[in-house]
Amino acid sequence: MANSQQVGEMLNVPVMRRRAIWAGMTSALRGVPIFPAAILALFIFFGLFGRLIVTYDPNVGALRDSLTPPFWQAGGSTKHLLGTDPLGRDMLSRIVVGASTSLQVGFFVVIICGFIGSVFALLSGYLGGWVDIVIMRLTDIVMSMPFLIVALNVAAIVGPGKYNLILILGLMGWAGYARILRGEVLRLKESYFVRLAIVAGCSKPRIMVRHIFPNIANTLVILATLNLGVIIIAEASLSFLGLGIPPPTPAWGSMISDGRSYLGLAWWVSTFPGIALFLVVLSSNLLGDWLRVRLDPKFRQL
Amino acid sequence: MKSTRNILEVKDLQTHFFTRRGVIKAVDGVSFTLREGETLGLVGESGCGKTITSLSIIRLVPKPAGRIVGGEIIFDGEDLLDKDEREMREIRGKRISMILQDPMTSLNPVFTVGEQVAESIRIHQKIKGRQVDEQVKEMLRLVGIPAPEMRMRNYPHQMSGGMRQRIVAAIALSCQPQLLIADEPTTALDVTIQAQLLRLLKDIQTQSNLSMIVITHDLGIVAKVCDRVAVMYAGRIVESAGVRDIFNNPRHPYTQALLQSLPKLDSTVDRLYSIEGQPPDLLNPPPGCRFRPRCGKVGDRCDGYYPEQVQVGEGHYVSCWQHD
Repeated sequence: MANSQQVGEMLNVPVMRRRAIWAGMTSALRGVPIFPAAILALFIFFGLFGRLIVTYDPNVGALRDSLTPPFWQAGGSTKHLLGTDPLGRDMLSRIVVGASTSLQVGFFVVIICGFIGSVFALLSGYLGGWVDIVIMRLTDIVMSMPFLIVALNVAAIVGPGKYNLILILGLMGWAGYARILRGEVLRLKESYFVRLAIVAGCSKPRIMVRHIFPNIANTLVILATLNLGVIIIAEASLSFLGLGIPPPTPAWGSMISDGRSYLGLAWWVSTFPGIALFLVVLSSNLLGDWLRVRLDPKFRQL
Repeated sequence: MKSTRNILEVKDLQTHFFTRRGVIKAVDGVSFTLREGETLGLVGESGCGKTITSLSIIRLVPKPAGRIVGGEIIFDGEDLLDKDEREMREIRGKRISMILQDPMTSLNPVFTVGEQVAESIRIHQKIKGRQVDEQVKEMLRLVGIPAPEMRMRNYPHQMSGGMRQRIVAAIALSCQPQLLIADEPTTALDVTIQAQLLRLLKDIQTQSNLSMIVITHDLGIVAKVCDRVAVMYAGRIVESAGVRDIFNNPRHPYTQALLQSLPKLDSTVDRLYSIEGQPPDLLNPPPGCRFRPRCGKVGDRCDGYYPEQVQVGEGHYVSCWQHD
């Protein structure tokens, strides 16, 4: 009975399921911009495992080798591919390890902002009334504060450090999320499916979490990817101004700052961390753009 | 199946909207009763208070402007206006449920239809896991969805309008409610699908002794599904009667005009009849009978007082000075 055997093979459930999962994954990733995705993946890999793969300790330098140029310039050597900084620390190792700082700050801040922003948006948009007024005025206040200057002052008061930095940026950055997501909530609140959920006897928290939140999640993800770049720049700016990540921990912002006084003499000290920063921010923005199109319900069926 | 027990008694319901421009009396003294297993058609043109009446019954008048300022809504022996929000949540979806006009937006786009049917079952019935799944399948079968095991894993956008409205019906019926309020359930559907859905609701009604209020401006639907009809005009019921009486022997000039404005197959006319003018501004309704400015039979008493409701036949009531 070769026939029934064939049928049996065709109905091989685990294989079918694996194929379905694979098809699901490839279709989810269709059209992903390859370069930005690869660059971001590379830096995330550096962020996670950077300390294990670098050949030099990023915090210890040899003053003898200070300001060695990158290998292709006269005086450079393949020992330090991207040269060294004024303290003789290997630039490549510091950039690789510094990815961890930038990305950690970026991701955690975006998570905090996204969380506060969506909670406030749901409460304010759905409950309305005085809750809405209070939250929206708070949003106005936070948005009207000059971000960097306030962050700078607060950092100066509570002291620099990675966790303080994450908190400051997180508590300052949610307003945009709240504002945009609230608009979405207001739109969804009037939709028939929310009305039917009310008629079906759902409680307010249940409607907010189960019915409305999944519908604003797309927007939230897009906002977050677009915001990631801004946050990484903000972290770099604070580190550049000396109120971000304290030395000797490598952070791209403080590395750019380190090279400032040597710009004429040793261009590489500032330039390479700058390029790394540029690549990460550009990639996250491009990925955000792609997601915006990909998650649009109108494109979902394509 | 029709019993004599009243499932719903609305007495002198008044729902007003308090706006900056003044008080809008959207529902101004509406009374009707609905027996178990019966279908009441609530008919009238846009803005006459049909929807607000139905929202008042489930106590979901748009806040903060809208408020129920008077009357009684006796549902199954209890006055719903005495209930607090928590008790109302228990009643909504479980004992009174609703179907809204637009099936395209009545379902949440991010969940499968199975999950959405299951939600109401989970909220109101203390069952879990497989049992819920079984009941979801059962409900989908009941509303005539083919291959429910497969269809329950579909998202709303994978279904047609008629299918989605059936899903909405399945959600509404999932907890065996005693009263179903259908607010223009078929307006967004095409005619063949309309007929299917109405037949479906009718079948389910005869099986389960469900009472229905069908809000519509389509007299064809009324003729098909309703036992009794209440015609609303400007926040009040102007005539209520059995469905045959309404079509064969309408007594209120407004009802007569409504019926006259239906196109007929057996006579050719150049222009379809239409009622002149606009419904009155509910901010300042005209004194006396509210239909007076548009009425063809105005008499001397019409601008003095609003006409009392009088009985003109068995179960046939009309509010008009000139009813004969």
